[in-house]
Amino acid sequence: MSAALLIEQLLNGLQFGVMLFVMAAGLTLIFGVMGLINLAHGSLYMIGAFAAAGAAAYTGSFWLALVAALMAAAIVGAIVEMVVIRRLYDRDHLDQVLATFALILIFSEGTRFVFGSLPLYLDTPSVLSGPTTLPGGIEYSKYRLFIIAVGLAVGAGLYGLIARTRLGIQIRAGEADREMIAALGVDIRKLYTLVFALGAALAGLAGAMIGAIQAVEVGMGEPVLILAFVVIVIGGIGSIKGAFVGALLVGLTDTLGRVLLPQVFGLVMDASSATTVGASLASMSIYILMAGILLFKPSGLFGGTP
Amino acid sequence: MTFKTFAIAGLMASTASMAVAQDVRIGMITTLSGGGAGLGIDVRDGFMLAIDQAGRDDIEVIIEDDERAPDRAVQQADRMIQSDDVDIMTGIIWSNLAMAVIPSATAQGVFYLSPNAGPSQLAGRGCHENYFNVAWQNDNLHEAAGAYANTAGYTNSFILAPNYPAGRDALTGYQRMYEGDVASEVYTQLGQTDYAAEISQIRNSGADSVYFFLPGGMGIAFVRQYAEAGVDIPLIGPAFSFDQGILGAVGEAALGVRNTSQWSHDLDNPANVAFVEAFQAEYDRLPSLYASQGFDTANLILSALDVAHPDDADAFREALRAANFDSTRGDFAFGPNHHPIQDIYVREVVMEGDVLTNAIVGTALEDHADAYAGECNM
Amino acid sequence: MRLETILNLLIPAILLATALIASAMDAPYIITLATRAAILALAAVGLNFALGLGGLVSLGHAAFFGIGGYAMGILAFHAQTYAPLWGVIEGTRSMPVIWIVAVIASAFAALVIGALSLRTSGVYFIMITLAFGQMLFYFAISWPAYGGEDGLSIYIRNDFPGVNTLVPINFFLICFALLAAVMVLFDRLTKSPFGLALQAGRQNPARAEAVGLTPYRLRLVAFVISGAITGLAGALFADLNRFISPGMLSWQMSGELIVLIVLGGLARLSGPVAGAMLFVMLEYVLEGLSTYWHIYLGAILLGVVLFARGGLIGLVAGREVAHE
Repeated sequence: MSAALLIEQLLNGLQFGVMLFVMAAGLTLIFGVMGLINLAHGSLYMIGAFAAAGAAAYTGSFWLALVAALMAAAIVGAIVEMVVIRRLYDRDHLDQVLATFALILIFSEGTRFVFGSLPLYLDTPSVLSGPTTLPGGIEYSKYRLFIIAVGLAVGAGLYGLIARTRLGIQIRAGEADREMIAALGVDIRKLYTLVFALGAALAGLAGAMIGAIQAVEVGMGEPVLILAFVVIVIGGIGSIKGAFVGALLVGLTDTLGRVLLPQVFGLVMDASSATTVGASLASMSIYILMAGILLFKPSGLFGGTP
Repeated sequence: MTFKTFAIAGLMASTASMAVAQDVRIGMITTLSGGGAGLGIDVRDGFMLAIDQAGRDDIEVIIEDDERAPDRAVQQADRMIQSDDVDIMTGIIWSNLAMAVIPSATAQGVFYLSPNAGPSQLAGRGCHENYFNVAWQNDNLHEAAGAYANTAGYTNSFILAPNYPAGRDALTGYQRMYEGDVASEVYTQLGQTDYAAEISQIRNSGADSVYFFLPGGMGIAFVRQYAEAGVDIPLIGPAFSFDQGILGAVGEAALGVRNTSQWSHDLDNPANVAFVEAFQAEYDRLPSLYASQGFDTANLILSALDVAHPDDADAFREALRAANFDSTRGDFAFGPNHHPIQDIYVREVVMEGDVLTNAIVGTALEDHADAYAGECNM
Repeated sequence: MRLETILNLLIPAILLATALIASAMDAPYIITLATRAAILALAAVGLNFALGLGGLVSLGHAAFFGIGGYAMGILAFHAQTYAPLWGVIEGTRSMPVIWIVAVIASAFAALVIGALSLRTSGVYFIMITLAFGQMLFYFAISWPAYGGEDGLSIYIRNDFPGVNTLVPINFFLICFALLAAVMVLFDRLTKSPFGLALQAGRQNPARAEAVGLTPYRLRLVAFVISGAITGLAGALFADLNRFISPGMLSWQMSGELIVLIVLGGLARLSGPVAGAMLFVMLEYVLEGLSTYWHIYLGAILLGVVLFARGGLIGLVAGREVAHE
């Protein structure tokens, strides 16, 4: 494999990773602050994508579509938090898993009811279409570079929010000791709704951005949800830094695994078997990675004691 | 329905079918929800259009949604055969569901006409006198693409498909006809949505053509991302990635792509012209190849019903074999293993007015039979 | 007799009666539904050993369900095609043999997965069981020999000595007998010293350790038993549908198993049975109402989780009574 191809694949892994980070950051924030496992996060991703597709069809503008995605996901997130999620904070994980699993069913079928079963159309803005030439003569898609930029910006923004704002202090305090901050007079209910809406908005953003280069269809959120869970478990639940590192690890492992494993097996077996075995192993690789990390660090790379 | 009413209905049904023997019950199990529902919806709509046009009052069609789950399809098939006493079954879109349902249905004496799925097992060793395939054998469209690649002068193809039986069959089918070199044979993950890694490989491979089989959302994602990446190498695919339902979601990224199909809306025969017009009038959209397959299946059944009732199995079977109906594909004939022998065309994705659709640009294979007919012992 | 004991006898009795009546009225499809309920109930009772008694939320239990199913599929396939596995092991179509293999295979898998996963706890445990489930799922999809994603059809139902298994009511009775046996096992185990220690470990781990119990080993044993029983159910499920596919290993299947237990009543003896019957009935009724019936299912599930915590049995019989 040439250096140019390797660099391209590294960029691909990076791009995949930062979008996973945007998804996972919301998830880990919600778990860290509220102690809630939210399986419906994938549905919020889907809602963001559908809102963007709808807005783009109506206004013709990609940027307005992104705004619509953020707002729709945040609003739906806030409503869901107030109506359903609020009752789950004191429940055990099993109840949270089941209730949010039920939400997945409701959202998926509801979306299909409103928008129909065929996939929707969402396009990238013309200013970002097509490739650009990077130093070294490598051609890369402008839109994917944009995704990387947005992902890194979200990371920086979250860091700034958590480390330097009042809200961030409340979030960090809430992660450390939930009962204490309530006792100290912080309005827990508003804080939780805000955090949930923030997480939802991030998911919606990821959905809209990825929806522009993939298919916008019902059920698009669940595979990403599973990966996001793998990411936060690898990184350590509640840790944004962990989510970032975990997401990059997963993104790179998946991308490089898909490309390199068939080639590695090609050294010892014939092309067609090598491809099959390599591809199979590549699809399991992320889970093997997660199991491996958990066995050595049972609460993830940056997680606290369980 | 409560258990009580169902039990009573079940009791009545078994006596009813003896009393009114001339009524025909058709059971359609197809995918109406979940990923890939567009295909089942089209098959159903095409099928029901033909049934409605016939205007007969002795045909009852029972439609169930299998949600693309094999165990659901098996359950529904069991109910249709055991409780509803269907004479004919049809509708299944996916090969894995087909393999779960068809062998046992045909073994129980029910006629099965497939409007879509054409697994090789049922064309070869597993062929059965009660099983007919009205669409194609799964490999056909891929074989046609291989043949087209030869005539187009491609000698170094990059080929990719998902890592599951239909995917592997697709690439095998392509290479059965294709005579050039293969730059690389790549298997992606089923359900994968990000093809950046594969597209980078394509860009750096030195291939002169790309053949891919990625049905449904996978295909949408791949074609959009391919266009984004600005790789110039021409794409070829089977119609499954460029049917009318999907083109809307892919958008202009698909323009110019060549794809192979046994049907196109611009096929110039009277039956097809009437079909396209009627479909658009009824459903307010252009039909896809799946709709045409559903339509043809229904008309085949109707033509056979004019000759015999399914209870007279031998006569009905012969009538099906004769295929004496006006197909949207023009002439229609079955081979000895009950799969069609037909022409397969090359289409190009074009813009007609402000609608993306396909137009025929050539013929890839004429009077093509499938590769498994020799293994069938009928 | 306590209300709960009455329910524990009544609910399986209703299932049995439904099948027998359906047989008398010649409605084979209802028998099929009842068999499906019995098999899902068996799988759920299996999971209940780990989830209800041990408090282990396993989101990867479909792995054992699938392993049991594939054990059946592989053996029957080799028998059906008269080609021995790896050239040496002959296939078999005898149900008892298949069940033994299914149970051993799933128990072994549960031992390995459990030994590794139980080193974590809480949400990490949930995630790592999910990961193992996914690994096996993708493995099954990519394994071309047994159909991969297409799955594998087994054209004939397997044999049970002395019984014609193709007759629906006979197959139902076989499944029901196994379900009853496993329920007795569950009941005995719950009241045994092992069961009490396990539940103590679930309710208050620190205290259990303080009195000298080792929760890890208790949980591992529970997990292995749980996996073995779920595997047996998988083998029966494959026989019912005459079809195996990787879908049996999906995380949605794992979720469904948990839903069955919760609908009926967690940690209750006949909770899984009530839940399975309710679920199969709901599927059947709701399907007829609308193609968007998953919304209703989701709403019902949400309602149960939020408002009817003890499931159906909890609604009827009230809270769990302390061991007497």
